[in-house]
Amino acid sequence: MLQQLLSGDLPRSRILTALLVAILLGLALAPFLTSGARPLNTAATICVYIVLVASYDLLLGYTGIVSFAHTMFYGIGAYGVGLALARADEPAWGVVMAGLGLALLLSLVLALVVGLIALRVQAIFYAMITLAVASSFVVLASQLSDFTGGEDGVTFSVPHVLSPACRLVEREVFGRQLDGRLLTYYIVFGGCLLLFLFLLRLVNSPFGRVLQAIRENPFRAEALGYRTMVYRIWANVLAALTASLAGALMALWLRYVGPKTSLGFEVMTDILLIVVIGGMGTMYGAVVGATLFILAQNYLRDWMAHGAAALDGVPVLAAALHPDRWMLWLGMLFILSIYWFPVGIVGRLRLRAWLAARSLH
Amino acid sequence: MSIAPTAPSAAVELPATRRDIAPLLLVPLLMLAMLPLVGNLATWLTLSVAGLAMGMMIFIMASGLTLVFGLMNVINFGHGAFIAVGAFSATLVLVPLRGWLEIDSLTVNLGVLALAIVVAMVVTGLLGWAFERLIIQPVYGQHLKQILVTMGGMIVAEQLIHVVWGAGTIAVPLPAALRGALLLGDAAIDKYRLVAVAVGLVVFVAMYLILSRTKIGLLVRAGVEHGEMVEALGYRIRRLFVLVFAAGASLAGLGGAMWGLYKETLTAAMGGEIMVMLFIVIIIGGLGSVGGCFIGALLIALVANYAGFLAPGVALVSSIVLMVSVLLWRPAGLYPTGRG
Amino acid sequence: MLAPDPAARQPLLRLAGVHTHIGQYHILQGVDLQVARGELAVLLGRNGAGKTTTLRTIMGLWRASSGSIHFDGHDITHLATPAIARAGIAYVPENMAVFSALTVRENLVLAARDGPPDAARVDWICGFFPALRTFWLRPAGTLSGGQKQMVAIARAMVEPRTLLLVDEPTKGLAPAIVQSLMAAFRELKTQGTTILLVEQNVQVVRALGDTASVMDDGRVVHAGPMAVLAGDAALQQRLLGLSVDIQP
Repeated sequence: MLQQLLSGDLPRSRILTALLVAILLGLALAPFLTSGARPLNTAATICVYIVLVASYDLLLGYTGIVSFAHTMFYGIGAYGVGLALARADEPAWGVVMAGLGLALLLSLVLALVVGLIALRVQAIFYAMITLAVASSFVVLASQLSDFTGGEDGVTFSVPHVLSPACRLVEREVFGRQLDGRLLTYYIVFGGCLLLFLFLLRLVNSPFGRVLQAIRENPFRAEALGYRTMVYRIWANVLAALTASLAGALMALWLRYVGPKTSLGFEVMTDILLIVVIGGMGTMYGAVVGATLFILAQNYLRDWMAHGAAALDGVPVLAAALHPDRWMLWLGMLFILSIYWFPVGIVGRLRLRAWLAARSLH
Repeated sequence: MSIAPTAPSAAVELPATRRDIAPLLLVPLLMLAMLPLVGNLATWLTLSVAGLAMGMMIFIMASGLTLVFGLMNVINFGHGAFIAVGAFSATLVLVPLRGWLEIDSLTVNLGVLALAIVVAMVVTGLLGWAFERLIIQPVYGQHLKQILVTMGGMIVAEQLIHVVWGAGTIAVPLPAALRGALLLGDAAIDKYRLVAVAVGLVVFVAMYLILSRTKIGLLVRAGVEHGEMVEALGYRIRRLFVLVFAAGASLAGLGGAMWGLYKETLTAAMGGEIMVMLFIVIIIGGLGSVGGCFIGALLIALVANYAGFLAPGVALVSSIVLMVSVLLWRPAGLYPTGRG
Repeated sequence: MLAPDPAARQPLLRLAGVHTHIGQYHILQGVDLQVARGELAVLLGRNGAGKTTTLRTIMGLWRASSGSIHFDGHDITHLATPAIARAGIAYVPENMAVFSALTVRENLVLAARDGPPDAARVDWICGFFPALRTFWLRPAGTLSGGQKQMVAIARAMVEPRTLLLVDEPTKGLAPAIVQSLMAAFRELKTQGTTILLVEQNVQVVRALGDTASVMDDGRVVHAGPMAVLAGDAALQQRLLGLSVDIQP
């Protein structure tokens, strides 16, 4: 049964399995294991980022395409739902669906257009073109500020059942109010879980295997009769749509959309960092990587602040440990990962397990 | 390092080969075409000079990027780091010598500026050398890893700028003698923009001469085509790579310093912000072609300026439209080198 | 004729048990080859026998996975290509690798490592290839195939080199140009340059070659004086599937 659920892609490493189970349980029970808004926010962000990065892994790790437009699709999903709710008189579910539908349509069209035009060229060209398209989109979004809220973004209300005011049950359970926020959290968690399992199913299907063949040797794949262009475009479209869905879920949770959180290059860099450090082409790398990254982003900085305070006299080191400089360390870890752990954390764990198993025989 | 011309005796005179001049006409044609659209000669002149100045700076910043790709087949998504570091390194001169910049003397100001630029170029040249050895060399030939690794390099460089120069922005006012504008009839032409155009032309002419008249230039042009054969002729092309990479980084530093002064503020993210435009420029010019990069940079900047005046909402889109139009005419860029 | 110097009897170029792998393909499977100083050695074999790979391995463009290559008394097996070139070996590849964006003159300037090409030497080269004079300042990309081949050979001639590795220079060329090439090779030989020539052209092979080595499946299966191979039709048929001694 587990095989079916995970589409045959088992963790293959005890440490990894332990990690994944811990993460799954942690996210599932987050509202009851923690108190206050911040940890729950962290947990919701982890859920969404897992899907966002996993969908990027589909492109980068499995198909071998570097695209800088992924955040754009994420943002389209978020803005679709967000702007629809902001503009509507009544924040109803129909509005949410309509916004989501339009967003998915836009993502589909863009992914197709960009794919058809650019996927026939060399990887470098494609990367640069996606970069150009994504930046134009960001500029466009901030210029149409009347519509999109510009640099500041837009806050909006969600359907009543999702709002904190809506009490489902009067009593508290394990310290948590069973209100609309909790419901929203479980919609986000459930949605992301389903999307992740969908991606897992996708990469372990024959379609997924062809993608990997194309990544390894496109000429050979073509010679074997697979129309690489078609597969690449499919991968592009599916990744884009999944990212948009992730964005929509995030919008519902945050009740806010803005260029920095939904469209900007900060998110794109985060995705790249996570997917490489976690492990390209593994899917589980997105899970482990996103969890570590978001936790670090929220909590490591506190530790770094302590460290910086302790080193107050030392000029350069204090500045280097300043919490805002956590990107410095992450960037270095990223570079090192590319050289020394090209398979990422997950790949490493699996390799260890495999080597250990071999040495027993 | 120049090569003495040798010709066999009794060289026959042949009609000159047909040179590809169509792209060379694009810039003057564009400028002339915009004149009636803008209407006012003074405004046109201001816009054109602004466009040319910006174009020159973009060219200086992008030239290293395209040359490195053409010669080494290396795509450096971290090129923006050199731009930012160059700009910030210039402050090592500009800030302490602030007083001298306030003196309204052209020679003093230009002297300080020149010193700042030299410092910027040396620092970025060294950084480029280190970057090539540490980050680029391990990933020759692997484009995917290059893209990722160089992006990582830029992230780290940006953060290091914060560590060294603080987290905020730095204001760099223009030197006193270069503030304001010259009046040419009705047209106001910023003095600093003239300096930028002059520097850009000097850089372009210098690059052209080096590439066409010196043995190193010969090696670069040959290496862009067939690096293996250059090695088989006895030249250590790896050394050339490092040299060109460091030179490209140096140029980016020069461009960054000039651009920082143009904007009069420096932010650590300034390099990353302009990467998109640089990529568009080198795609238009043809990856590996310095001449194409020059024309592409001027076109992009001119179009952005004219569009900004004629139809403001269109500015960034105009760059993409320009890129698509050029690619429809010449799919491999204005002057394809056969690479990419 | 001078009495042969004992030191000179050492082969200029010696390959011993050279293996080359390209990816997963085992192309050279133990090549033993010797080229004496001053001779024009011909390397023959069917397509795919490994002739080009042998030249590229000598030149360091492909790494020998095992075995040794000695040149002029030095072990060059693991040297980098530029160092091998500087040791005195010039390489004229099958695809000519002429720099199209550079003029003929610039191609030669680049090949002349020790300074500007000597004018007298350039005149001497143009004696064999008059077209170079004509196209001196033209980009090499505008030349015809035969003219490009002239440029490629001229690059190897522009300064004295100890050994020339030439890969199928006459392929697809008009007879007149082939004659010019042969004349150039002959002249180089009299100057003391050693040449290792991969050729399928029977005319060139029979007229110029001192020794003949035949390759098959990544190994040298026959080596000896050209006269021996040229005179034995059965041997030719067995090794090459063709006859060297075809009447013109």
